[in-house]
Amino acid sequence: MNGFHWDWAFTWEVFPMILTAAKVTLLATLLGSIFAIVMGLVFALLRRSNSRTLRISIYWVVEFIRSTPLLVQIFFLYYVMPEFGISMSPLATGVFALGLHYGAYLSEVFRSGIDGIEKGQWEAARALNLTIVDTYKDIVLPQAIRPMIPATGNYIIAMFKETPQLSAITLLEMLQMAKIIGSENFRYLEPFTLVGILYLVFSLLAAYGIHQVERRFPKEGFSLK
Amino acid sequence: MEFGEIVSVLLQGAVVTIQIVAMALPLAVLMAFSFGLIRLYAPTPFKQIAIVYIEFFRGTSALIQLYWIYFVLPFFGITIDAMTAAVVALGLNIGAYGTEVVRGAIQSVPKGQYEASIALNFTSSQRLWRIIMPQALVNMIPPFGNLAIELVKATSLVSLITIGDLTFKAKMLADTTLQVGEIFGVVLLFYFVMAQFLVFFIRRLETHLSKGLGRGGLHS
Repeated sequence: MNGFHWDWAFTWEVFPMILTAAKVTLLATLLGSIFAIVMGLVFALLRRSNSRTLRISIYWVVEFIRSTPLLVQIFFLYYVMPEFGISMSPLATGVFALGLHYGAYLSEVFRSGIDGIEKGQWEAARALNLTIVDTYKDIVLPQAIRPMIPATGNYIIAMFKETPQLSAITLLEMLQMAKIIGSENFRYLEPFTLVGILYLVFSLLAAYGIHQVERRFPKEGFSLK
Repeated sequence: MEFGEIVSVLLQGAVVTIQIVAMALPLAVLMAFSFGLIRLYAPTPFKQIAIVYIEFFRGTSALIQLYWIYFVLPFFGITIDAMTAAVVALGLNIGAYGTEVVRGAIQSVPKGQYEASIALNFTSSQRLWRIIMPQALVNMIPPFGNLAIELVKATSLVSLITIGDLTFKAKMLADTTLQVGEIFGVVLLFYFVMAQFLVFFIRRLETHLSKGLGRGGLHS
């Protein structure tokens, strides 16, 4: 065992490689969050539909996605979807899986955010003869977004921390890179520790960023136009 | 491979998954209570140690913690088998999230309860264990239930350090039989059933614990 001591030369040698892989991690998180927000809104709005059957089925779909492991969902999308003729790259599978998984979580955030809007606002929109689309776009969402920011941000950070699972379908993100470096050099200490520290730094920065976004956001809502 | 055979292999994996949950859950609860209480009541240096533990395990990824414990600790001369690494990593990870549950639940007990127990001259440990904790426990049950489900889901990660859990068996079967649709479908269903079982159990526990608190509980 060449063991206990920390090899700085080796650290500096592998650091740029891990940073390159960090770009893939961040890209997957970014695309995943966009997809998750869209899916979350779709689920949340369907939960408010007039059809009881639709409401109940969406409830169970969300419940199912939330209570099964992301890793198995990733495997499912990666290995089973091709049977239906849909083959996706590891990155696309990852974005799809992250988006679906966290979309289910976000739908609950959005739902409670929308439910939090006073009844009077809906009634006033109705009285002013606004269409459903206008009611959501101009009245409900502008007021509902601010209270949703902290929870949404937390889920995006959680998603970021689950991206290493994409290494299981060979996506070359930070952890996969660290694993490859480790197995080539028989030294896991530096690459794994570096990746861990990078995750810590990125999540602390993101938490700070979300707090700033929330603070800057006008309390009285804003126009989506 | 016949469907029955597939299910029986997957059931073996499910047993391993349940074993890991059964070992990691007590560790997580222990960590949550001890560090949650340290975070609230201990002198500053201990508090800071608790904060480092909590921030570290909540700020980094569970899979990386698992890999670190399994692949890096041997470099320090600490070799542990995969199963121990899995239980330790998951227990510490979920435990770190649990500290916040404990802290939040204790802080949510109305201030009048503290004041009344001081007025009645209870000692500080009586105050905590007889007045505050029984009320805080009820508030902890739903978020702890969610964490338990997160733990069940997180056990799937141990398949990546070669433990033969449900996900590992599924991956193995999928690689050999290519009947991917049935296999992963059944596995998703297994996890779903485990989570629903936990949900049911947690509701029962909540109803049971909220008896005598004069607030009725959600389901009584």
